[in-house]
Amino acid sequence: MATVDLKDVKKVYAGGVEAVKGVSIAIPDKALCVLVGPSGCGKSTLLRMIAGLEAISSGTCSIDGKVVNDIGPTERDIAMVFQNYALYPHMKVYDNMAYGLRNRGTPKDEIDRRVKDVAEKLELSHLLDRRPRELSGGQRQRVAMGRAIVRSPKVFLFDEPLSNLDAKLRGQMRVEIKNLQRSLGVTSVYVTHDQLEAMTLADMLVVMNAGLVEQIGAPLDVYEKPASTFVASFIGAPPMNLLPLIGDGTSFADASATGLVTPAKAVTLGFRPEDADVAANGEVPAGSLVLPAAVEAVEPVGAESFLHCAAAGGSIVVRVAGRATAQPGDALRVVAKVDRLHWFDSAGKRV
Amino acid sequence: MADRKAPASGHDKLMIGQSATGIYIAHAVLILGILVVAFPIYYTFVASTHTLQTILRPPLPLLPGGEFFTNYTEALFGGVGRIGGVGVGTLLFNTTVMALGIAIGKIAISILSAYAIVFFRFPLRMTFFWLIFITLMLPVEVRILPTYKVMVDFGLIDTYAGLILPLIASATATLLFRQFFMTIPGELVEAARVDGAGPWRFFFDILLPLSRTNIAALFVILFIYGWTQYLWPLLVTNRNDMNTIVIALKKMVSFADADTQWHLVMVTAMFAIVPPILVVVLMQRWFVRGLVESEK
Repeated sequence: MATVDLKDVKKVYAGGVEAVKGVSIAIPDKALCVLVGPSGCGKSTLLRMIAGLEAISSGTCSIDGKVVNDIGPTERDIAMVFQNYALYPHMKVYDNMAYGLRNRGTPKDEIDRRVKDVAEKLELSHLLDRRPRELSGGQRQRVAMGRAIVRSPKVFLFDEPLSNLDAKLRGQMRVEIKNLQRSLGVTSVYVTHDQLEAMTLADMLVVMNAGLVEQIGAPLDVYEKPASTFVASFIGAPPMNLLPLIGDGTSFADASATGLVTPAKAVTLGFRPEDADVAANGEVPAGSLVLPAAVEAVEPVGAESFLHCAAAGGSIVVRVAGRATAQPGDALRVVAKVDRLHWFDSAGKRV
Repeated sequence: MADRKAPASGHDKLMIGQSATGIYIAHAVLILGILVVAFPIYYTFVASTHTLQTILRPPLPLLPGGEFFTNYTEALFGGVGRIGGVGVGTLLFNTTVMALGIAIGKIAISILSAYAIVFFRFPLRMTFFWLIFITLMLPVEVRILPTYKVMVDFGLIDTYAGLILPLIASATATLLFRQFFMTIPGELVEAARVDGAGPWRFFFDILLPLSRTNIAALFVILFIYGWTQYLWPLLVTNRNDMNTIVIALKKMVSFADADTQWHLVMVTAMFAIVPPILVVVLMQRWFVRGLVESEK
C-alpha cells in the first residue's frame, strides 16, 4: 500500500566504482516492478538501496512519499526475500516467520494468529515445527515468502528468489508469486536476470544495463518496441535478430525487399525470430524483406523449431512452426515482414 | 551440499577396498595405543587403593587393593599434611573455579571481539585484528614477569581473579570464532536487519545459537587448558588453601621417597584426572560436532 519513488539514485563505491549511475523509477501503488538485466548491471544494488542495506550515494528514494535515504531497513517497513532464502537455520519455521514480528513487539496471540494465517495460505501449516534444513528447496522458498508476508510490510523486495530452484518448480512458484502479490496488493520490486521471469511477472518492466535504465514499460510494450539494441537482444528468447545496414546506411547486404523504407539515421535493423519465415520457392510475399541465408544449425523444440542461419553478414534465428525440414548446410531465403521491422541508430537507440 | 558429498564417497571406497588383515592391523595399533595411554592411569588407580607400605615395597600389585575408602576419605576430608592441612575438596573447588573462569572468560571475550571484528566497520579494525593476532606470539611464559608485577600491584595475589584474569585473553579462540563468523552468509545478517534485529538481538538470537557447537568444543579444550595450568598458579598463589590441584600434587611429592604419602598422592592424581574426563565424556557429542561440522 505504498508507492516507491527513485529520483536520480546513484551508488558510488569507496573505490570509485559507479554501480548505479542515476536511476529514476516511479513505481505506482500495488504494482509489481521487475528489474531485469545482465549480472553487474546494478539491479541488485538498486534493490538493496531501496531496502536500506546499502547507502544511497546521491539522489533520493522515497517510500509512500517519504524520503527514506537516512532510515534503516527496519523502519522502512519493507520485507525482503533473498536468493538463498537466508532462513535462520537454528529456528523452526514458525519462529523464522515470527521473528520479525517479535522484534517489533507484536503481542504473542497476534503473532500466532498471523503466522498461522500465512502458513495456511502458503500451505506450510504442517511444516511449522520443522527446521529449515529439513525442508526442500521449494518449501524453504515458501517459508522465505511467508516470513516476508507475515509482517504485512509496505513493500516487498525480491532478490532473484527463484534462481536456486529447478526449472519446473520455478515455473510453478512464478505463478504463485504473481497470484500472491496480486491478492495481497503489496507494491513489490523484483530483481531477476531471467527475462522470461521478468516478462511473465512484471506489471512494470525495468531493463537495466551498466548502471543505467535502458527502458521502462509494460512487458509487452518493451517486447514490441524495444528502446535500444540492448533491450532488443536481452528481452525475448531467442533474442531479436540484429543486422547491420551497409554502405550509405540505406541498403542492406544481399537483400531485396518490397515496400521497405529505411528511416534516416538507422544503422541497424532488427526483427524477432517469430516475425520471420522461410519463403517458398521463388515467391516473395508483398511487404517483405528477403534475405538469402545458409542454415547453420537446427533446434527442434517440439511445437516449433529454430533455424540458426548466416545471412547478410550476421547470424539470425528464424522460428518456424512445427518441425523444420531444413538441414544444416541448406541454402534458403528468409522473409521478414516489413511492418514488423525495428530500426536502431548508431547509438543503438530505437529510430 | 555437493562438495560435502564428494569426500564421503571417497571414504566409502576406502572402506570397500579394506582387507581383513588391514582391519586386524588397524585394531592392533588402536589397542596398543589405548594400552599405552590407559595403563599408567590404571596403575595410578591401583596405587591409590593400597596402603603406603604396599606402595613403597616393590613390586606394586597389578590389582586394586582394599584401602579404597580409607585413602579417599582421608584425602578428601582428612587434610593432607604436606600441603598445610588443606583437603582435596578445597583443591578441587579452587581448580574448578579457575578452569571454569578461564574457559567461560576466554569464550566470552573472544566471541565478542570476533563479533566486533567481523560484523562492524570501525576505524583501525584491521589494526585491532592484527594486534590480537600478534598476541599469539606472546604466551603466558613470555610475559610472565610484567603480568606478575601487574597482579602484585593490583593486589590480586592469592585470589581467584589473579588466577583467572591473565589467562583469559585468547587470540586462538578469537581467530576460531572469526573464521566461523565469516562463513555466515551476508544475506542472513541482512535478513536479520530487515527483520528488525539490532546488533544485540542479532548476537543473542542468531549468532550465539549458531555458534553453539563451536562454543562447546572450545569449552572442552579451554577447560582442560585451565585445569592443567601449572606455571601461573604456582607463581600467583602462596596460601595453601588457594592452591590448585596440580600445584598441590607437586607440593605433596617430597624429595625423600619415604616422606611422601604416595597413596594420597595417587588419590589426588585420580581426583585431578576425573573432572577433565567427565567434561570430555559429557560434552563429547557436542565436541565432535563442533570440530567436524560447520552448520548449514
